[in-house]
Amino acid sequence: MTMTNDRSAFYKNRQVAGYADVPFEEKQRLIDLVKADMRFPDYLYGCYECGICVAACPSARFYDFSPRRIAQAAARDDTELMYQQMQEDVWECSQCFSCVRCPRGNNPGGIITVLREVAVNAGLASAREALEGYSRIIYKIMSTGTQVSPDMLQPDAFPDWGPEVKDVSDNLDMWRRALPPETLHTTSTGWDVDEKTLLELYLIWFHTGALDMIAEVDEGLHMILQEVMEERLEDAGVEV
Amino acid sequence: MPIPVEALLKKKEHFERGPHDRRSEDFHHELFELEEQGEWIVQRAPEPIVPVNTKFGNVKKVPKAHLWHHKSCGQCGHIPGYSTSIFWVMRKLGYDYTDPRDQTSCTAWNYYASATSNAAAQAAVAIRNFATAYESGFFPLIHCGTSYGHYKEVREELLKHPELRAQVREIMGKLNKPMVMPEEIVHYSEWFYALKDEIAAKQVRDFSGIAATVHPACHYYKLVEGDAIYDADVYGGQRTAIVTGVAEALGAEVRNYSTWFDCCGFGFRHILVQRDFTRSFATLRKIERMKEEADPDVVLTHDTGCVTTLDKSQFAAMAHGRNVGVPVMSEAQFAALAMGAHPYKVCQLHWHSADYRPLLEKMGIDWEAAWAEFQQDLKRLEAGEKQYLTWDDVG
Repeated sequence: MTMTNDRSAFYKNRQVAGYADVPFEEKQRLIDLVKADMRFPDYLYGCYECGICVAACPSARFYDFSPRRIAQAAARDDTELMYQQMQEDVWECSQCFSCVRCPRGNNPGGIITVLREVAVNAGLASAREALEGYSRIIYKIMSTGTQVSPDMLQPDAFPDWGPEVKDVSDNLDMWRRALPPETLHTTSTGWDVDEKTLLELYLIWFHTGALDMIAEVDEGLHMILQEVMEERLEDAGVEV
Repeated sequence: MPIPVEALLKKKEHFERGPHDRRSEDFHHELFELEEQGEWIVQRAPEPIVPVNTKFGNVKKVPKAHLWHHKSCGQCGHIPGYSTSIFWVMRKLGYDYTDPRDQTSCTAWNYYASATSNAAAQAAVAIRNFATAYESGFFPLIHCGTSYGHYKEVREELLKHPELRAQVREIMGKLNKPMVMPEEIVHYSEWFYALKDEIAAKQVRDFSGIAATVHPACHYYKLVEGDAIYDADVYGGQRTAIVTGVAEALGAEVRNYSTWFDCCGFGFRHILVQRDFTRSFATLRKIERMKEEADPDVVLTHDTGCVTTLDKSQFAAMAHGRNVGVPVMSEAQFAALAMGAHPYKVCQLHWHSADYRPLLEKMGIDWEAAWAEFQQDLKRLEAGEKQYLTWDDVG
């Protein structure tokens, strides 16, 4: 009997999974970025396959997803599998961190956060696809300093939330004025955020490179944001 | 060989986690050491303080007053009765606070949904907010469960990684803000738990006939698990005590169900762009289980995402004939109602989806009359008599 190193049977067919294959060196480059992340050693202490994370995981109930496989692939340094997970699995995680009940103290959800960041930074099509329809939130954060706002409650955006969404949308201005807290009379922002604070948030994203990530998710959005915010910074006399 | 049943049962009566658990390490040591080394300012929790127990036996300080309300995007944006109730209860108990305009979102919803951020950006946002609170002289009180869990994560990362601290310090320098970490990161539900007796003392509505199920937020107690309130008198110290402690203090009957530890299914990204997952999980694993096993009058929770998910997921499920239909609210709104708050002017229940009217009836509240009163107020606003409803208007 001959032993074979052919492990192709273990991996999903790339054409079926819907992304073109890349050279191993490119996969290694991306996985090395994951392992070099400051948070990575805090998230992985070795996995003994108990599966407690899978039992606790909400995403594992509905998707072909397993936090155990995430931890295992990382612990085994399996570049091929980690790359596949980066392409196919990471966006199914609900980031609840129920998996942190791991008896070893691993954090598969945390490993996924890092995998996702590398995927976004690398401009992977799978990341862009997963975040399609999401970029309005990024725009909301950067232009208002809050992540969601009352005027996002439109019946065509949330038809499954029931008829009350239409009531909110129809009465928005009045219902917001009928809120006692003074900062909540806004409609296009969660609460009233002052200009200086908004600019500080933008500068944080600018200086940490988070802004560059937006360009990978939605180039058009990035351009608009840059234009709008640079004008506001100029008006405020802040040089970047 | 006989099984030592008696010995095992005795252990279950009173569950103790001791200082021998490796996870009992108190982060305060490192926190204050870094202050001594000049790495940051630790903002002390102001008196008066209520000391509470956390999971591995460390004591946490919950300040009663002088609080800087770190607001929640989802609460303020979509369920504003939640934030309003937090302020209202604090006002009724007579504790001063500030509601800042110089607060940014924690941006953690975005971080967990899209990962369009990084450790440095998240830490810098946290420190910027903490520094702003410090400069105001008020101590931060975190409204959202995810903000809270995320800030605990950020604290861990900052404690552990000098290179991250250096990066954040550089950015704070550019913003002309000091490096500040509060002595405690306090969630509003911890404040409600710490003050549950004062809240109960002001109770005017009888909740003895109200049955509730409690859903604890994953990010509250699963992230940095040691820093969460546990109380030997609540669930025998085996589950986190927030929300339940308040509901019991108000005389409500808290009922158990098999999926207590399950997530609500919010999913951060899922609730926005893949909501079939969210509503399926919320319905199948939480609401239906609660209804079948506990038949509650209300579901109580203490996080923005959880209230949103459990409340809003029921409509579509109802269209599919699922066993749903139970109102969902925060313990803040529940406590406010107990203290006599107006269901619409304060608790703003008209922003909620699942029908809360049977619950209000059980609480002895004439919701039709209450709605008529609220409509009157809206008419006054429409007529231009006043621009906004104020605290004086809502009682």
